Amino acid sequence: MNTTRLIACRECDCLQEDPGVLDGTARCLRCDAVLYSNRPDSLNTSLALVLTAAVLLILANAFPILGLEIQGSHTETSLSGAAFKLWDEEMHMLAALVLATTVVVPTAEIVAITWILLPLRLGEQPRGARHVLRVMQALRPWGMVEVFMLGVLVALVKLAHMATVVPGVSLWSFAALMVVMTAVAASMNPRDVWDRLEAQAP
Amino acid sequence: MTAATGSPRAGAMALSAASVGLYCCAVCGLVSQVRPHDHHDDERCPRCNSRLHRRKPDSIMRTWALLIAAYMLYLPANLLPIMETTTFGSTQQDTIFSGIVYLWVTDSWVLASVVFVASLLVPLLKMFSLTYLLISVQTRSSWQPVQRTQLYRVLEFVGRWSMLDIYVVTLLVALVQIKSLATVSAGPGAMAFGAVVVLTMLAALSFDPRLIWDAVPSAAAPRSRAAT
Repeated sequence: MNTTRLIACRECDCLQEDPGVLDGTARCLRCDAVLYSNRPDSLNTSLALVLTAAVLLILANAFPILGLEIQGSHTETSLSGAAFKLWDEEMHMLAALVLATTVVVPTAEIVAITWILLPLRLGEQPRGARHVLRVMQALRPWGMVEVFMLGVLVALVKLAHMATVVPGVSLWSFAALMVVMTAVAASMNPRDVWDRLEAQAP
Repeated sequence: MTAATGSPRAGAMALSAASVGLYCCAVCGLVSQVRPHDHHDDERCPRCNSRLHRRKPDSIMRTWALLIAAYMLYLPANLLPIMETTTFGSTQQDTIFSGIVYLWVTDSWVLASVVFVASLLVPLLKMFSLTYLLISVQTRSSWQPVQRTQLYRVLEFVGRWSMLDIYVVTLLVALVQIKSLATVSAGPGAMAFGAVVVLTMLAALSFDPRLIWDAVPSAAAPRSRAAT
């Protein structure tokens, strides 16, 4: 039996032939889980989006995210600055958790996707592709840029009652990053990436 | 192969890959034949060389362990203060719940509801749902596998939103540092709460939804598209 074109659903293990793409996603015939998504021109779109995300990520980390003005005194913080403040307060685990989910994991994801897609686009074989893809898959649930944005919103409302809050450049970059990262996740098709890697393998 | 696009039900065999000796690679998704004489632990994916498992290893045991740890930390996470505010020498301690009350009484009803759902409801419902899924799998229930799979999908998706309060505390601690007026510092509850979020996420990740379907007789008809 030729098994290479068969798909086993990751959620119910239902064995099926490729059911085909409907509205950009292929869904399991038994439990309706997304088997894979495939947008037209997935490789180019994903690559363009991930490079955009890289620029936004740099902006998001280089500038303060929120500033506060109370009776003439001014404080502001960047995201990593906030995490380091927690570290100074002996909340090491918490600081590490915040830094990992908002800075380290998104950075690693963007680097990994670029590492894979850029050579593929140029018709070359990315080095260490299967390790990179494995790490990428393991990291995915731990990037929480969108949750962080909601956190900023809640903090903003809480602070607005006691002081003037000044949104920083980084806030807008983060908002844009959230949108772009979601678009990357929707346009990337790991199945297609594996097929291309296999086709290029010597 | 994609000729089946027009008739979505064609090609469904309604049997699990594992039951016919085919394993699905957890990393690249390739379905491959497992040679029966091999020792199963050493089986590797022919495409990406990752280790192949029939189901996630020790799924039920690991999920229980992480889930019980999360249950135990849920109480300190909600009873201990997550934030301490010092204003003119007096210290006010805030738990997750009092933070929600504060948003509510200052007329931010929408945000109060969002935080209530993300911080109180989601972790609790997530733990109850996982408990139910584990018990249903261990009793080999064949009741409503589609709905139980959907339940798993939902709890896997919403779990991350509980991190919300951790970020709020982080930002407040960093910003409200005006010695003459007010300073905010993180409380021990924040630590416990962060641990609950991480533990429930790990528990959801170690649960294998395919176990739900292993108890369902393989003759079960494929789900009809019209049903949704």
